[in-house]
Order: sequence, then C-alpha cells, then structure tokens
Amino acid sequence: MISMTGVSKIYPGKQKPLVAVDNVNLKIDAGEIYGIVGYSGAGKSTLVRMLNGLEKPSDGQIEINQQIINNLTRKQLRGARQKMGMIFQYFNLLWSRTVLANVTFPLEIAGVPKQQREVRARELLQTVGLENRQYAYPSELSGGQKQRVAIARALANQPQILLADEATSGLDPQTTDEVLDLLLKINRKLKLTIVVITHEMHVIRKICDRVAVMDSGKIVETGSVFDIFRHPQKSITQKFVNQEETPQFAETNVVLQELLQQVPKGKITKLTFHGNQAKLPIISEMLRQFPNVDLNIVAGNIHRTQSGAIGTLYLQLLGNEKEMLQAIEYLHIMRVETAVIRNE
Amino acid sequence: MNETTGFSSYIHFTQVDWASMWAATAETLWMTIFSLIAVGILGILLGLILFETSASQHLGARLLHKLTALFVNVFRSIPFIILIVLLLPLTKGLVGTIIGPKAALPALIISAAPFYARMVELAFHEIDYGVIEAALAMGATRWQIVYKVLLPESSPALVSGLTVTGISLIGFTAMAGVIGAGGLGNLAYLDGFQANNNTITLVATIIILLIVFVCQALGDFIVKRLDKRIAS
Repeated sequence: MISMTGVSKIYPGKQKPLVAVDNVNLKIDAGEIYGIVGYSGAGKSTLVRMLNGLEKPSDGQIEINQQIINNLTRKQLRGARQKMGMIFQYFNLLWSRTVLANVTFPLEIAGVPKQQREVRARELLQTVGLENRQYAYPSELSGGQKQRVAIARALANQPQILLADEATSGLDPQTTDEVLDLLLKINRKLKLTIVVITHEMHVIRKICDRVAVMDSGKIVETGSVFDIFRHPQKSITQKFVNQEETPQFAETNVVLQELLQQVPKGKITKLTFHGNQAKLPIISEMLRQFPNVDLNIVAGNIHRTQSGAIGTLYLQLLGNEKEMLQAIEYLHIMRVETAVIRNE
Repeated sequence: MNETTGFSSYIHFTQVDWASMWAATAETLWMTIFSLIAVGILGILLGLILFETSASQHLGARLLHKLTALFVNVFRSIPFIILIVLLLPLTKGLVGTIIGPKAALPALIISAAPFYARMVELAFHEIDYGVIEAALAMGATRWQIVYKVLLPESSPALVSGLTVTGISLIGFTAMAGVIGAGGLGNLAYLDGFQANNNTITLVATIIILLIVFVCQALGDFIVKRLDKRIAS
C-alpha cells in the first residue's frame, strides 16, 4: 500500500543543513493502522507530510498504490491528495463555514455536484455522530466534536488512506479515547489504512497494529505493537513503553515505600503477563502449589493492545524462603516475566 | 447683516443653500463609494500578490514581491494633497479634466489602494496556516485556496480594513475638494471659509461626521455578522 525507500528530507540551514528525515524505509500494508511514535522534532510530521506531498523528499522514493508520489506533476499530485484524508492536532476547520459546509469542502474541491455533496456530508456526519450539529459553526463545538468534523471531512472523498498528525494531542484523555474509538471503527468499517503520528504511547497501544519508533529523523525500531510493548529493544522505545506505565509506577514506588516500612520483609516482585496469560489463574495456582507462601498485591494494571493484553502486577511475597524461590521458579516456568525488585 | 465672527456666526441657517449642500453631499458620497469599490478590488489584488509572493523562493515571484512592495510603500507614503497635485497630468490624461468629482478619483484610488493592500496582506497572514495546509492536503488549487479559504477566512478583517480605508477616503475627498474636486470639502472651503460663512462650514462638517458614523456602524455591523469565531 505505502512504501518508502531510502527517504530523506534535508532542509538547507544557515550554518549547516538540518536532516529532518534520515534514510527511512517503511512499508505499510493496506487496511492496517500504522503508528509512528517519537518525540517532537523526531521528524515524524515531516515524514507523514511527504506521504501527501506537502513536503518533497530530498532523496528516496515514496510509493502509494503503485504510484510514485514524489514524481507526480502538480495536477496529478492534487488528484492523489484527494484520495488521502488528513487530520491535524488543531483540527484546521474553516471557522467561516458550518459543520456541514466544512465536510462538503473537499467535495467542492474535487468538483462533486452540490446535491451529492450534501447527501454525502450528511452521511458522514452521521458516521461521526454529529448529524444534529450540521448547521453549527466550529466555534460552537468542543475539541472532540471538532476533531469528529475533521474526520468526517477527511473521509469525504472516500480516501484509501487517512493520515492523522497528532490528532488527539490537543484533547483530554476521555475525548482522546472517543476519537480513537471512532478511528478504529472507521478502520474496520471502511478497510481504511490509517497512519497515526503521535508522541503518546497510549494512542499506539489503543489502536495501532504496527508501530515504528522515530528518533532524530531515523526509524530505530519497528514491529507489531504487541511485541514492542513486550520487548522494547532500543532505549528510546523502552522510554516510550515506560511512559505508559509511569503513572502507575510512580504510585507503586510510594506504595512500596509504605509497605516496606510497615512490613520490612519479604520479596517485592514485579510480574508481567502477556496476552492469554492475563486470563489464566496463574497466581491462585501458585498459591495452591506453595501453601506456605503469602502474598500481598501492591499494585497492578492491564494495558489492552490491538493484539492482546499486557498486565503488570507487583507482589510482596512472604513466608518460607525455599518455597518462595520455588514459587518464583514456577512463575518462570509459566512464562510470566518475573523480576524481584526488593529482596529482603 | 449677519456677524461673521463669534459663536452666533455658526447658526445662521437661513444662509445655507440646501440645494447645493445636498448636491455637495451627493458628490462626496459618489467619490467615496466609487473610489472605495475600486480601492477594495485593487487593494485585495495587491494584497494577494504581496501575500502569495512573500514566502516564495521563485526568482520571478521575489521580483514581483519587491516591485509590488515598492509601489505600495511609495504611494502610501506620499501625502495625499501632494499626490493629487503630482497626479494632475495623469488625471488630465485619464479623465480629461482636473476639475470635479471624477478628477479626484485617480488620486483617491492610487493613494488608498496601497494602504488597503497592506491591511489585506496582514489579514491573510493572520489566517492560521494549518487551514491552508488542510486545503492543500485535500488537493485544492492555488485559486481554490484564494477564494474558498483566504477570502472567507479573513472576511471580517477585510471588511474592517475597508471601513477604516473608507473613512480616510472621506477625509481625502474633502481635501481634494479644496483644489476643485467638488463635494462637501469644496463647499466648506469656497462657500464657508472664503465667503466667511461659518454656518455652511459647520453644516458640511456635521454631514461629513454623519457619513463617517454611518460608515463605521455599517462596517461594524457587517464584521459582526461575518465573524463566526466567537460562539454566539
């Protein structure tokens, strides 16, 4: 569907040229939600802007649907852009137009007759759940509603690809989830390929099938979201994965300190469950096998990714030293990642 | 015989020739409206050229930008009263006369259009670039961006700029009147000042003020109707 081969983007700078995107190779399949994650300035926005020709690559080749994007004439490029939707962090709606007129806007550009434009726009507003706000102006809508309008607008010309550039970064957590659910829904319903640019791992985990991690213009790691969450290889990826766990982890440290003060003994153990493991009664089986081991649950959480759940559990183990070691061994056998953080 | 000095000289309304007063008002309105329309069109065109060529790397575009900016800066800087004299030969060639309301038009337009062009350019620059980028990402042509994005999205600023320009045009017509362009300025100067008739000067002033107030109120009203950025 989309393939980038040796793509670079270099801006001529005053002192030295700025390499925004550095020799990127990427393949995105039809119908998948592909995430590109990185800190700001990593080059991910430039990368996605090269997909619809808003930026021209300095080097390399971008192919979308057997069409080489970076060689198109202006007219061909406009045609190709009409088949790609794009949504933005700040929505970029036209304030001078009603919701309905914003959605018909790309259809006007494509030269669709007026009657058809409005029928199509109403249909799309229904899809995004805003059919009763069609005569409102963007200023009368909330952030989440504006992004829904922007999504409807991006879908107007029946694109095969949707580019989402930090589409949820300006929204609160709950609205973010609503917008992500909507993206997931249209991905399933329309078999739409979605390229998601974000700095939030939460977004990747929630809707993406595969992910590429970008750092200083380079893609440093790619893989399925499930694998990346389970076994992040590069330190930047680990940072991103930890970012997801950070709130819970901070809390855990506090709880750990308190617990250690109250019960200054036992092993504090971190367990990580993947996929179906999270559904198995591994802990209760462990207690049954090693009745002299007591446990205290310090903290726990479960992340859901598109290909399964990842659970983290912090336990305080007490009791017979030998049985405790056997219990940890049992967890290893059950392929639960186990790490003893405090061994006292 | 009426006094020609003192406060009472302002209220000798019997001496006002209302027919010529209305005729002068009509001339002032005609000059203002006609030149405002021309200034609006020309100003938007010039502003558009300035805006579109401002960030271009293309050599021709840069040259066009420099030339337009030079034209705008030069004619915006020349004091109106000097410009009108400077343009007399051109006016004679274009209009055929240097007397009357028509003769004021070239100077009015050439002086106000650059002023408005700068406001137009500023109004376009105030549009969020993201919106233009969104239109580009939809495959819009340059021209589609101009009339579907730039003009509607800057419409309140375009109208309020035109209001300000219109009001200074009213002032310009009065100045042009002094050197023979007709209208209320001409009347106030000839029948008021030179004939020592303060009442006529006062009435002409009041009418000009009324025109300015109506112009401002109309402008504000339109801006309010156009601006959908604030939730009502």
